[in-house]
Amino acid sequence: MSGQAGQDAKFFQRGKIQELRAELHAAEAKDKKFVKRKTVLKKIVANITMGNDMSPLFPDVVACLGTPLLEIKKMVYLFLVSYGRTKPDQIQMVIPSFLQDCADHNPLIRALAIRTMSYIPLPIVTESLTDPLRHALKDRDPYVRKTAAICVAKVYMADPRRTERAGFVEMLRDLMLDANATVVSNAVAALVEISERHDGVAFKVNYTVANKLLVALGESSEWGQIYIMDALMTFIPQESKDAEFIADRIVVNLQHSNSAVILTTIKVLLYLMNYMENRKLMDYICKKMGPPLVTMLSSGPEVQYVALRNILLIVQRRPAVLKNDVKVFFCKYNDPIYVKLAKLEIMYRLARDENFGEVLAELQEYASEVDIDFVRKAVRSIGRLAIKVESAADQCIETLLSLIETKVTYVVQEAIIVIKDIFRRYPGRYERVIPTLCENMDVLDEPESKAAIIWVIGQFANRIDNADELLDDLVYNFMEEPTEVQLALLTAVVKLFIYKSQSDTSKEIVHKVLKWATEDVDNPDLRDRGFMYWRLLAINPANAGEIVLADKPPITTDSDRMDRGSLDQLLLHTGTLGSIYHKNPETFIRHSKAKALPESPALNEKSRAVLIPLPPEALPSTVINVAGPPPNPPPRDQATAPPPAPPLPDRPRPVSNVPKVNATPATDSAGELEEAAASEGLLDNTDGGGEGASDDEGDEDLIGTASATGHAVSDPYANLDGAFGTYISPESSSGQGGRRPTEDDDLLF
Amino acid sequence: MEVLDRLRVARGLVARPRPAGSPTTAFFIFNQKGEVLISRLYRTDLKRSIADVFRIHVVSNIDVRAPIITMGSASFFHVRVNNLYVMAVTKNNANAALVFEFCYRFISIAKSYFGKIDEESVKSNFVLIYELIDEIIDFGYPQNSETDTLKTYITTESIRASPAAVEESSKITSQATGAISWRRPDVKYKKNEAFVDVVETVNLIMSAKGSVLRADVDGHILMRAYLTGTPECKFGLNDKLVIDQSERGMSDAVELDDCQFHQCVRLNEFDSDRTISFIPPDGEFELMKYRSTSNVNLPIKVIPTITEVGTSQVTYIVSIRATFNSKLSATNVVLRIPTPLNTTTAECKVQNGKAKYMPAENVIVWKIPRMQGGQECTLSGTAQLTATTHRQAWARPPIDVDFQVLMFTASGLLVRFLKVFEKGNYHSIKWVRYLTKANGGYQIRTISNVWMSFRSCLVMCRAIFGRKGRTTSGASLIPRN
Repeated sequence: MSGQAGQDAKFFQRGKIQELRAELHAAEAKDKKFVKRKTVLKKIVANITMGNDMSPLFPDVVACLGTPLLEIKKMVYLFLVSYGRTKPDQIQMVIPSFLQDCADHNPLIRALAIRTMSYIPLPIVTESLTDPLRHALKDRDPYVRKTAAICVAKVYMADPRRTERAGFVEMLRDLMLDANATVVSNAVAALVEISERHDGVAFKVNYTVANKLLVALGESSEWGQIYIMDALMTFIPQESKDAEFIADRIVVNLQHSNSAVILTTIKVLLYLMNYMENRKLMDYICKKMGPPLVTMLSSGPEVQYVALRNILLIVQRRPAVLKNDVKVFFCKYNDPIYVKLAKLEIMYRLARDENFGEVLAELQEYASEVDIDFVRKAVRSIGRLAIKVESAADQCIETLLSLIETKVTYVVQEAIIVIKDIFRRYPGRYERVIPTLCENMDVLDEPESKAAIIWVIGQFANRIDNADELLDDLVYNFMEEPTEVQLALLTAVVKLFIYKSQSDTSKEIVHKVLKWATEDVDNPDLRDRGFMYWRLLAINPANAGEIVLADKPPITTDSDRMDRGSLDQLLLHTGTLGSIYHKNPETFIRHSKAKALPESPALNEKSRAVLIPLPPEALPSTVINVAGPPPNPPPRDQATAPPPAPPLPDRPRPVSNVPKVNATPATDSAGELEEAAASEGLLDNTDGGGEGASDDEGDEDLIGTASATGHAVSDPYANLDGAFGTYISPESSSGQGGRRPTEDDDLLF
Repeated sequence: MEVLDRLRVARGLVARPRPAGSPTTAFFIFNQKGEVLISRLYRTDLKRSIADVFRIHVVSNIDVRAPIITMGSASFFHVRVNNLYVMAVTKNNANAALVFEFCYRFISIAKSYFGKIDEESVKSNFVLIYELIDEIIDFGYPQNSETDTLKTYITTESIRASPAAVEESSKITSQATGAISWRRPDVKYKKNEAFVDVVETVNLIMSAKGSVLRADVDGHILMRAYLTGTPECKFGLNDKLVIDQSERGMSDAVELDDCQFHQCVRLNEFDSDRTISFIPPDGEFELMKYRSTSNVNLPIKVIPTITEVGTSQVTYIVSIRATFNSKLSATNVVLRIPTPLNTTTAECKVQNGKAKYMPAENVIVWKIPRMQGGQECTLSGTAQLTATTHRQAWARPPIDVDFQVLMFTASGLLVRFLKVFEKGNYHSIKWVRYLTKANGGYQIRTISNVWMSFRSCLVMCRAIFGRKGRTTSGASLIPRN
């Protein structure tokens, strides 16, 4: 069998309908072993594959059904599956043949017939399938029953109400108690699919059924185990001992060689752990989950990728799972880039006092690779490492400085961006490196890095003796700079002025920039911020100093961590696409149902406290991008929902040391409106590249405390590959009872 | 996104709303040119033309950065094998691990049926492949995919649909859905034999300074069982599964970080008393996978010394030593030593094996057919460099070593026993072999200021992109009072 090579490659050529038809007719004569017919049918199947429309041959192909050769029958059925749907008028002639097969003695033929019929979603076919399917669901042969179970899901998709009326859903429910495990697993697969349809019936497994399913689990094929465990996700434990019992039963499946079985097992375990009380058992389960996840990293690169994206979620929610395993995430030189990037994201999260040295050495190694994206993210990770592990900061700074010496532009730019964050995390410790940074100002050509160095110069203007010169150079192209840089420059020159109000250069610069910002720039954010600074300085320069140079809230890497409520919700989708994109499926797949931890007396208090409630059933919509992911605030509609305009005090005139501006009446009247918009702009300003709490610099400078920023992500795909841009800033969920997670949280409960 | 949406509309790919579930919607095989070799749609919410989207975004894209892409409402999962793309599409929140495991399974079934999987074998067997994929996926749900069972009823020979086959069919169906779907009950052998191969792949990342950054062993226990009837097997190793890291080093048994079993192994029994008991499939299968990270015996040590001589030359002295028992030997030892991208020629001297510079890959390949335990070999060589004005970015690749050592396990794992119980009570012969190998994952990083100096050259080119404004020199700090 296996040794016999097929000879069918020659059929892979485009054929004309007329010729094929003629050949088929010619084959009717003198075709003893049906060799000729088989040949023509193979040509036709090849043409279907190549995308040629073979549907005109419908009657001719169907005529071959009389041949008593299984191979021919299968090819004709394949033809019918491909074109049957488009021939409602001709399909009738096949039905008698189908019905005959449905009653065949051979179970393989019976199964084939119902399987094929259920692939043709035409009312006439579905109708004639009703009776045979009812018989098939009670067939004595398990193979026919397991095929029939899936058929129910198929006909349900074609016509849900008719299927319900025919009583098939109830029959499926009965099949859950079938003696054969394969039948059980297909039946639950069908039931889960039906229940996940937005107009489908509800499917919840109770404790008794769950126990029956556990029995079948041991006897199922690997795929069957997955379907059964998916069904266990619908079980709502009412008492924690129920959850513990089931978890204890399925934990052995972590030893399975199929990674999909492992990930599905982990999904169920993580779900059940929200309902458990037994600390020891939970500890044990956490310890059991780690090794199989690591073993998946020896699988094919695709499975590694799936595992890594899931590990990133799991370690955030249950740090106990992989706390000693940072080495396994070191990149091999020949790993595919997607595996490398996914490993990189996990590495700094697992770094601690004891192992940061190894991690840092690795990151430094990666910073000299070829792939630009990878290198940049490696440099960025060094910065995150410095912020996360205090004892690592000194070495991280040294490493970053050595990377700056390489003079590779993108490395330098990335290093400067992260050093800015390190300054904020450890004020007063590393300002000595500022001269090195400034030496490299000339290579900075990206807005983010430019804005970073500008922030540094502004913030430490009192300690850089030529800060005014530097800023004077930087504002040279003010009007051509991107908004991000303009905003940074504006804030920096104001800081400079406050530090060095006696210097003529700084007066001149601040005047120049405020004038540009308020008169020449079209961007309302910039203009309004300009007006605001102007007035601050005009009313009381001393107060302005206190506001602009106020102490900034410290930054931590905690903001990189998703809040627990969102994690609990996302982990209900472990192993699926949602877990790879770190998005709830309802945000990028239309008509998928949102999931949340179901309420039960056993649900632990902490999980309940951060529970993100399901949004109310939305009306069926035709737009995919209806709502942002629940943990984020929904996209703000600027046009329809303007915030209430704050009342403005008497407009002060620019006075004293700020040179006068000839404010024309026109700009004045416009000012009032924009003032209102500005306050909103301040709250809502994510600058396009906002990344959680650490980047909303400008805002904080202005209003003193962290403003609630949220990513108004209306395009669910916008951040799919944004390795460092997908994190939800913790503030965004604070309204829903979430709080900033911290490193030493007890996440067991 | 807008562009994509328009693309979808233009191609008529806007589909009817579909519910969430977890299965595959369609299965495709493409050749390297993006031509469709197999296309099977399991659901009506896609059209065949979805293949065009994949062709545009994956096959003709030179920089594919993920094995999964989502375009509009469809997600494409692909696995590359030889010159083929095996691709599955789904329109819902599919179980990604399941989809990839299925693709892997399909590939292994195809290999088992056709001996290999490539464009030619797919084209030659396309009808059979359609038959197979209809059997192993139904409506997107993977079904029985045990090759042994499939081969009983999906064959390259024609089967007549005759009543005589009914009894045979019932046997097949009960096996395909049974609790031991992987084995036929009526297997007969004259001579009952079982072969156990313990194959360990060593992964190593060693830093340029010679410290081991990461060393671990991926072990596979492969079994070829040619046993009559329904044998009950028990299998024992000198292992100890370490669940709690603090338990490490408590006994002399080999510590395994994890082990995973073929679905024939009764996991409940393993969980309760660590016995590995199973009814094996007929023929070859992978009984067990394991992973070990503690006390890994590295069979080969490499000590590279790479020095830059001026700007025109790099000299190499690379020593390799076999650290295992002198009764054993390593075979097929291949070292790949990277050379700078602007190498013109490289000359090397070796006492053992052959060394050759491969300009196309920028490596010196040193092949040593056989190395006795304890033996040490040295390569000395020189690479001549051209002076170039424009340098390409180059990441110093590590030195990569491949080898095989028979009858040696890097983890120290040994098979203690394999017992076969069968009601026929026959005598069976068991064979055990051990093999440790490295396969692309045994890497020694190289560092030398040569490579760094290349990188700094990059900057020279960038200087051109200076700012438009005046140039600024550095800043100085005011000492804080």
